[in-house]
Amino acid sequence: MSRRARLCLFAPAGAVFALVLIVGMTGLPPFGRYHGVYGRALNGVGVTESHATDLVTALNFDFRAFDTLGEEFILFSSILGVVLILRQLRGERPEPREEEAEEHHFAGASEALRALGLTLVPSMIALGVYIVAHGQLTPGGGFQGGIVLAAAPLALFIAGRYMRMKVLAPQMLIEVGEALGAAAYALIGLGGLIFAGVFFKNFVGLGIAGQLLSGGQIPIASVAVSLEVSGAFLVGWTQFFDQALLIRRGGR
Amino acid sequence: MTVLQIIALVVVALAGAAVVLAPEPLRQALVLGIFGLALTVLFFAFQAPDVALSEIVVSTVGMPVMVLLALRKIGQQERERARRRE
Amino acid sequence: MSFLPFAVAAWLFLLGLYGIVASQHLVRTIICLAVVQSSTYVLLLGVGYVSGGQAPIFADIPQTTKAVDPVAQVLVLVDIVVEATVSALLLALAVQAHKRFGSLDPRELRALRD
Repeated sequence: MSRRARLCLFAPAGAVFALVLIVGMTGLPPFGRYHGVYGRALNGVGVTESHATDLVTALNFDFRAFDTLGEEFILFSSILGVVLILRQLRGERPEPREEEAEEHHFAGASEALRALGLTLVPSMIALGVYIVAHGQLTPGGGFQGGIVLAAAPLALFIAGRYMRMKVLAPQMLIEVGEALGAAAYALIGLGGLIFAGVFFKNFVGLGIAGQLLSGGQIPIASVAVSLEVSGAFLVGWTQFFDQALLIRRGGR
Repeated sequence: MTVLQIIALVVVALAGAAVVLAPEPLRQALVLGIFGLALTVLFFAFQAPDVALSEIVVSTVGMPVMVLLALRKIGQQERERARRRE
Repeated sequence: MSFLPFAVAAWLFLLGLYGIVASQHLVRTIICLAVVQSSTYVLLLGVGYVSGGQAPIFADIPQTTKAVDPVAQVLVLVDIVVEATVSALLLALAVQAHKRFGSLDPRELRALRD
C-alpha cells in the first residue's frame, strides 16, 4: 500500500498507542524513587558474596550468568546468520581490486592518517585487554572490552589498508576465537555443575575483593565473553567488507 | 534530577528526531553516531558507566560501519544492474 | 519534570515507529529500529535510577552507600551488544534482498512470485 495509506493507518493507531504509553507511565513511580527489592538486596550483599567490587559485572557473570549464556548465544547465532547470508554466491568471484582495497582514495587520506591508524591499533588492544582484565574491579568486563578489542583492527581499515586488516585479524583466527569463547563460557557453567553441584555456581576460589584475581569465575568468564564478542563483531565486519570491497559479480 | 541529566535527555530527544528525519540512509548513519554519543553521555549521567562503555563503541563505530558498507554494496549492485540493462 | 526520562523514552519509541512505517528504503527501516531499541534502554535505566545514588561499583565507597539498581544495567548492557549483531543480520538480509529483487523499496518486495 502506498506511503500515504500507511501513514493514514498509522496516525490513529499511533495516537492511541501514545495515549496508552502516557497513561501507563503516570503509573510508574517518579524518576528517582526506585521501589525494587531485588536491586537493593543485591547492592547490600553483592560484594560480600562474590568478592567482586563491580557489581554489574558480578551480576552478569555470577548471579545471573545463565541469562548471559542465552544472550551470548543470540549473538553467536546472528553472526552465523550473517555469514550464511553473505557467503559468496555461485558465480561470484573474489577479486581484490588492488587500487580500491589497498589504498582509499577519499579526500583526506594521507600519511598522517596512516600513522595515526598504526598508533591507534596497539593502544586500543592494550585498552581492550585492560578493560577485560579489570572487569570485576572497575567498570568493564567481557562485553565492553570485547568490542574495544574488535574495534582495534578497524583503525587499520580507516588508515587505508584493508588487506593489512586481514593480516591482523585473519578469517580462521577470528572464527575459531569466537567459537572458543562461546564454548568456554558454556564449559564454565558445566564446571559449576560438576564441581559445585549447580550450573554456573562459582566453583573457583573467590579470592580477596579488590585484588585483580577476585570474583572466582568472573575473570575467566570475562575472557571467554570478550573472545566471543570480539570474534563475532570482526567476523560480521569482515563479511560486509568482503562484500563491499572484494566480491564482484561473475557469471550468472 | 541534575542539570546534566536534563540536558542529556533533551539532546537525546533532538538527536533521535534528527536520525529519523534525516533525508537519506547515508546521512542517517552518520547522525546515528552522534545519537550514540548523546546516549553515552546520558547513561553516564544516570550513574551507569558499564552501559556507557558498551554503548560508545557499538553505536559510534559498530553500527555506522556496517550501514556504510551495506550501502556501498547496494550502490555497486545498482550500478551493475544499470550497466547490464544497456 | 520527574517524568522527563519516561517522556523521552516514549518520544523516541513513537518517532522510531513513525520512521519504520514511513520508510521507503529497507536500510532506513533498520536504522529507525535502532532508535526504537534505544528508547527501551532509556526507559530501563530511568526506572532503575535512585536519586542521590552512586554507580553500583563499590571499589572505593563503602558497601552501604545508596546505589542505583544494578539489574537494569545488566539488562541494558548486554542488550546493546546483542542488538547490534541482530541489526547486522538485518542489514545482510537487506543486501541480499536487493541482490535478488533489485530494489529496496518495501512496496516492491512483496510477493515471492518466482
